[in-house]
Amino acid sequence: MKVLVPVKRVVDFNVKVRVKPDGSGVDTANVKMSMNPFDEIAVEEAVRLKEKGVATEIVAVSCGLAACQETLRTALAIGADRAILVESNAELQPLAVAKLLKAIATKESPQLVIMGKQAIDDDANQTGQMLAALLDWPQATFASKVDIADGKAVVKREIDGGLETLSMPLPAVITTDLRLNEPRYATLPNIMKAKKKPLDVLTPEALGVDVAPRLATLKVVEPPKRKGGGKVADAKELVAKLRNEAKVIS
Amino acid sequence: MTILVVAEHDKAALKTATLNTVAAAQKIGGDIHILVAGQNAQTAAEAAAHIAGVSKVLHAEAPRFAAPTAEAIAGLVVPLAPAYSHVLLPATGFGKNVAPRIAALLDVAQISDIIAVESQDTFVRPIYAGNAFATVQSKDTQKVITVRTTGFDPAAASGGNASVEQINVPAVVDRVQVLGQELTKSERPELTSARIVISGGRGLQNGANFKMLEALADKLHAAIGASRAAVDAGYVPNDYQVGQTGKIVAPDLYIAIGISGAIQHLAGMKDSKVIVAINKDPEAPIFQIADYGLVGDLFEIVPQLTAELG
Repeated sequence: MKVLVPVKRVVDFNVKVRVKPDGSGVDTANVKMSMNPFDEIAVEEAVRLKEKGVATEIVAVSCGLAACQETLRTALAIGADRAILVESNAELQPLAVAKLLKAIATKESPQLVIMGKQAIDDDANQTGQMLAALLDWPQATFASKVDIADGKAVVKREIDGGLETLSMPLPAVITTDLRLNEPRYATLPNIMKAKKKPLDVLTPEALGVDVAPRLATLKVVEPPKRKGGGKVADAKELVAKLRNEAKVIS
Repeated sequence: MTILVVAEHDKAALKTATLNTVAAAQKIGGDIHILVAGQNAQTAAEAAAHIAGVSKVLHAEAPRFAAPTAEAIAGLVVPLAPAYSHVLLPATGFGKNVAPRIAALLDVAQISDIIAVESQDTFVRPIYAGNAFATVQSKDTQKVITVRTTGFDPAAASGGNASVEQINVPAVVDRVQVLGQELTKSERPELTSARIVISGGRGLQNGANFKMLEALADKLHAAIGASRAAVDAGYVPNDYQVGQTGKIVAPDLYIAIGISGAIQHLAGMKDSKVIVAINKDPEAPIFQIADYGLVGDLFEIVPQLTAELG
């Protein structure tokens, strides 16, 4: 079974982002970039499926700048077999990425696409569901446990208030939640090996996909600052303040 | 201009998130219809008819909507969509799962998690874990939107008198089977709609110590949440998680106990009206946004606090 794992290059989760003074966006120049953490979980899950003998080949895909090759090399170092970059300097919004991934899925015919539920930059939480819709495949979002057997996926997924278990025929799209697994660190030998693994570069034009943005970002501002820093000495003072000053408890 | 709100409910009642979503629809303006898809969901459909500002309820009744999949709801909404300028869902686990499937089938770029309405096509949404607010304008003729519930005060649940129309359910065979749901049973208020939320973090050291928060929560009729660190460490289930990738809450009072205040946690609670932080590290970032910070050992302070509340 072939598994496709889309990965996104994002500002590292440890970086405190800065809004550009002109309000045009967030400053990403000279900022550490990494693989979106949820996508790392997806790569890890695919590698585990291969280790279990369920998956035979893992293809990592990324859409964006040439620099996304680094992200793909990370996926290869964790255990993907080969990679595809759909290179574009344009702003790629989730719907456009879903269309690019559909084109790749149509070429590659994977039985499973597994990807992060959300990217930590635009926080859209859309691409996996959109890809499933465009391919007319079933979807299992926010997965915390995945079992693949007999042409079916049984997925335990996080819902508000608990868990839900779905069963669906393959091919399907699964998006990962936090508790699915803990991704391994790539070892140095595997990082070296990853440099030699195949990485193909395509373009949206070659795939025949219109990636023009449908949403225009008019401005990006900092959220209003919260004035904090007040201190109290003990539990007694805290309760008194909550009762008499903040009036949030009776 | 007519807006369709897809309701989230538990058959007997609408989730508050539905009321927040209707409130966002009111800000956009125009007629508001509300879709209630469920099994034995008459009560929820009637409740929807009473929401102020709703002019029509579309009620779809079928066993397949008992625990609806994204495909089942998208399959119902997409054929209805041509009559609507906007399709709105709450940005809850339910809405986040379903909305992008609808949007892609309509070839519309979804606008996720809006916190404000600027005009019929322009909305504000948080990005980068709420560290920036983006104002985005949609060029699509139809809009598909998810609404961050904390951004809009709920619409009045009464005062409306909408007609309820039964709609046909497309005959399809479901590929996806729901094998079961395990819901956390709790006497406590729901995390996202509670007036007071008490959250624990890594500082609690283990799952058993979360019991300590329960005594406090009982006194305050509060919901219990957790930081991602506490969830990752396995102290509590993931549905307790407050943060960028968990639940977004904005209660009147948020008490963070043993939580350092990672950016992604702050993203889930910094719109709370009053924030209390209890942490032994005086340098913990949570204190920068807390109205009332208490530096000390939570294992001493929490029982004291519980006792003080009598």
